[in-house]
Amino acid sequence: MEALILTVLLTSVPLIFAATGELVAERSGVLNLGVEGMMLMGAVSAFAATSIFGNPYMGILAGALAGAMTAAVFSLFALGLATNQVATGLALTIFGSGLSGLVGAPYVGGTVDGLPNLAIPILVDVPIIGNLLFNHDIMAYLSIGVLMLVAWFLNRTRAGLVLRAVGNSHDSAHALGYRVLLVRFGAVSFGGLMAGLGGAYLPLMLTPHWSEGMTAGRGWIALALVVFASWIPSRILIGALLFGGITIMQLAGQARGWTVPSQMLSMLPYIATIIVLVLIARNRDFALANSPACLGRLFISNK
Amino acid sequence: MISMTPRKHIPLSLTLLTPAVAIFLTLAVGVAIFGLLGFSPFDSLYTFFVAPISRPDQIGDLFVKACPLIITATGLVFCFRANVWNIGAEGQLIFGAIFSGWVALNFPDWPAMSLMPAMVLASIIGGICWAMIPALLKVRFNTNEILVSLMLTYVAALFIDWLVRGPWRDPMSFGFPLTKMYSDAGLIQRIDLPIVGTLGQLHWGVIGALLLAVAGGFVLSRTILGFQIKVMGDAPRAGQFAGFEPHLVTIGVMAIAGGAAGLAGMIEVSASMGQLQPNVSFGYGFTAIIVAFLARLNPIGVIFAGLIVALAELGGDYAQIALGMPKVVTGVFKGILLFMLLAGEIFNRYHITWRRPAVMPVSKGR
Amino acid sequence: MSKSSNSSCSKLGPLLEAVGITKSFGDFVANDDVSFSIHAGEIHALLGENGAGKSTFVKIAYGLLQPDTGQLFWNGKPVFINGPQHARKLGIGMVFQHFSLFDALTVAENIQLAMPPGETMASLSSRISSISKEYGIGVDPDARIYNLSVGQQQRVEIIRCLLQDPKLLIMDEPTSVLTPQETEQLFSVLRRFADNGLAVLFISHKLDEIRALTSRATVLRRGQNVGSVAIKGQTNSKLAEMMIGNKVKNVARQKAPAKSKLLFEVKNLYRPQESAFSVTLRNISIAANAGEIFGIAGIAGNGQGELMSALIGEWRGSDSGVMFLDGVDVSLKNPAERRVARMGFIPEERNGHAAVPSMSLAENALLTSHSIVELVRHGVLDLSGMKAKAGEIAKDFDVRLPEANPLASSLSGGNLQKFVVGREIIKVPKVLIVSQPTWGVDVGAAVFIRRAMLDLAAEGSAIVMISQDLEEIFAISHRIAVLHDGILSDAEPAGNLTAKKVGLLMGGSHAVGGKSV
Repeated sequence: MEALILTVLLTSVPLIFAATGELVAERSGVLNLGVEGMMLMGAVSAFAATSIFGNPYMGILAGALAGAMTAAVFSLFALGLATNQVATGLALTIFGSGLSGLVGAPYVGGTVDGLPNLAIPILVDVPIIGNLLFNHDIMAYLSIGVLMLVAWFLNRTRAGLVLRAVGNSHDSAHALGYRVLLVRFGAVSFGGLMAGLGGAYLPLMLTPHWSEGMTAGRGWIALALVVFASWIPSRILIGALLFGGITIMQLAGQARGWTVPSQMLSMLPYIATIIVLVLIARNRDFALANSPACLGRLFISNK
Repeated sequence: MISMTPRKHIPLSLTLLTPAVAIFLTLAVGVAIFGLLGFSPFDSLYTFFVAPISRPDQIGDLFVKACPLIITATGLVFCFRANVWNIGAEGQLIFGAIFSGWVALNFPDWPAMSLMPAMVLASIIGGICWAMIPALLKVRFNTNEILVSLMLTYVAALFIDWLVRGPWRDPMSFGFPLTKMYSDAGLIQRIDLPIVGTLGQLHWGVIGALLLAVAGGFVLSRTILGFQIKVMGDAPRAGQFAGFEPHLVTIGVMAIAGGAAGLAGMIEVSASMGQLQPNVSFGYGFTAIIVAFLARLNPIGVIFAGLIVALAELGGDYAQIALGMPKVVTGVFKGILLFMLLAGEIFNRYHITWRRPAVMPVSKGR
Repeated sequence: MSKSSNSSCSKLGPLLEAVGITKSFGDFVANDDVSFSIHAGEIHALLGENGAGKSTFVKIAYGLLQPDTGQLFWNGKPVFINGPQHARKLGIGMVFQHFSLFDALTVAENIQLAMPPGETMASLSSRISSISKEYGIGVDPDARIYNLSVGQQQRVEIIRCLLQDPKLLIMDEPTSVLTPQETEQLFSVLRRFADNGLAVLFISHKLDEIRALTSRATVLRRGQNVGSVAIKGQTNSKLAEMMIGNKVKNVARQKAPAKSKLLFEVKNLYRPQESAFSVTLRNISIAANAGEIFGIAGIAGNGQGELMSALIGEWRGSDSGVMFLDGVDVSLKNPAERRVARMGFIPEERNGHAAVPSMSLAENALLTSHSIVELVRHGVLDLSGMKAKAGEIAKDFDVRLPEANPLASSLSGGNLQKFVVGREIIKVPKVLIVSQPTWGVDVGAAVFIRRAMLDLAAEGSAIVMISQDLEEIFAISHRIAVLHDGILSDAEPAGNLTAKKVGLLMGGSHAVGGKSV
């Protein structure tokens, strides 16, 4: 049982990273559908750096950097040239899957040592929850830290307020003299960084090897998760555990011969997201207060 | 600082030049990336773009590869022209395959004369049904069709996975996730040309794809239906002023795209696989988006764009064999191509200047 | 407390001076050599018709646009205002016509966004409440903008400006969205500013307001400055003449045609409000006879857009028995069906509403005649017929084409408007519904369009014309009604009406002889 819960927690880590990053980008009004591509770039870079330097912490760094750089490609087109965000995001995913496959070709079949667990003294000895919550690798702690930081940033800081304002009405923000594109560039880059970290977690912790397309749709789940969380950071945690739990449940279910087919379980995140979309659309007050009104809309300053 | 002003007039030469420049830049950037990673640029270019079409039968295979792309992209052109962002063609394609598969597997004794039309019809209905979910939710609740159609793609992929591993699995498949083979009447035959015989895998579905694209071109440019779609996409207020119903147009274009994608799914299975399997589509629904853009949202252009992108896809297969690259590497070209096309679209529509002069004593003469 | 601005340096020179400001967009010169100055403690009006260049000037003064040539002086020193933040640092505050508020955020957050960083929320909140008290403008700092009325939203904008301690406050058409009571409250607030030594630049085209509030006015006409005058001693008609040129003088009125057939009737049209910025239409009744132009005057934002889309059929209520064409109930018909019943429509906005800019004239010709089968057979377009139709319209209505069958976007405003008008008139509709037929077009085109409308009426059609241009209303209407706050006054023959009476109705005094606000 404890092993099961632990797996659920680990599975949700990459989702938390990627979804938190995407949430920030979307809150600034940018819909970047390239999460899957950025995660793959993060994953392959993390694996490559870890094999080259023999140090998984270099892998974390490389993954984050690769994610941010991939996001910069998106920014160049979708922000700099105001290309359609949906299509640009898709292009990024296709490009990222391809390039990660190319970069990773020499590494297929290799393995690396994963991140060590860092037990937090004293707390780890607490009965029942001690080992579950306080004996993890650094990225697992980091994911929670980043999520809390983002929640604090968005709701408590001025920069976070500016970011939300840009996502709510880029014309008003522009009229007040805020640099809309700069804010969005920052948000998209952060999103890429986070997606890169989420991707890096896969070869560093979950499966210590590289294979093409190893994110297996987690980028899309992260996108769904942002909507499922209705753009509220704290709900990302709940959603990620839920979505991660579903993934694990089907594996466990298969082993125990459950009658519910695993595919039906896997569908749940997507179906839940659609239901949330409908609920948001029906609740005017909630939609106005939380969903970024400018999501996906082009901003061109000199008409 | 980039400053953009809309062009009042778009010259035809620019319209035709943009895709050509985009392709050229894609090759240049792609080769640079391959070179940086230590692959011989010449070899990779040759493998990707020349080797796959160096024999006549390979030309046939190119058309076969392009077939689902052309059909799906033709439908998507209608959506994108109407400014409806259906990015779930992949799911609609899968449902087309499922519906037609149900017909093929349940009525294997029917003659081709009745089985084939029934399968075509079923596939179109299947695709439409799946497309109606995002369409109706958008019309009724104003939900975002991008996200809904995307989510449904994964639901569809999981659904067919369940079918072929569960209730529809052939008991004689030795545990493989496959249905029974379709009866011969449910298979699309290869074209038997006089003198040369069959040309690679070239089958009758390809003819259907070409006809469909041409028909799509006619509908879009010459009928009131196409006119409505274009007006709604370009200027929705003018569309309402003209008396067109925005909701009907949304539902209509989603039905067209869904139906086309469904048909593509049926053809792909009946011509190339002969039975349902977990992967009936290899991202055709997403790749078709690139095709639609490369074609500049013109159904006739879709034929050429489909062939070009299919070439890159075949190139991926060749690269896997000849250079030991993973198949997904073709995505490098596809991704860059889409980037370049989107950027080209912007250069097409706007005058872009990079920096305003510090002092500008430009007097505005008349 | 705010420091007394009276002691600030410039007792003698102007606070803001504009010299030779010129700005063009493509071929369109929005500001042409505009020069004038504003002094501390004065409420200065910037007056002009829609499209005269007021908003362009204001955007330049606030740093949102840079002039092509010309120079601004602030306290006597030349300045290049390179952005709103710079403008605010200088002491220029602005309340926008369309508010630059973030509707998902709270009042306090909206205000905080406009303030320089560093201030705590607590100190800001206390300053908000002290300012609101000082000027008597109260709003709840924790309310979200989307829950506020338009008047309340404007107050947020004003408080936001005031907190930055501006020397100059720019108000861009602030009253166009306000009720009379709200307007009166606003004016008393503005007067208090001036008493405190602030300068206010008040942009408007409403003469009564300008005379009631301001001390000096600068008048723009077609982008040019036609003079700055002291308000004292000016009459409305004098100001109006400066604003619209001498054309308002002695406009000959149209005589109502002899008793003729009722062609178009609207009975008690009701349309509920849809958003904070839209107007409720109440009890609108129109009766237009064959041969007459029924003019609907009114100030922008009093329900013209809502009425127009209801008449076109883009918006339809659920009740029948509201709208009749020659006795036939068209209440529930969509625009295409109304055209089959021989109605024609010319909405105000050419680009993207009356015409699709990215499409050719032939396709635009089809836009309003696809339900009238001649150009569509079994769903297939008759391309050559469409081209011929577009050519015919161009020829008959003097539309100058840069090439055969050009894109609508390549035509100038006047030419495209002639095309849009000609497209409807050539079909000889029984009823033509028009909004702002000559908005933003050159004089020659305007004369041509009005002539064409009079000719159509003379042939026996009924025309309903919504216009904010009083001169146009008087020049070609046979009967006139006034739309104010979603209510339409009773129509009267043009000959019986004076500009003063219409002006009163436009200002909201419904009962004849009733007291003005």
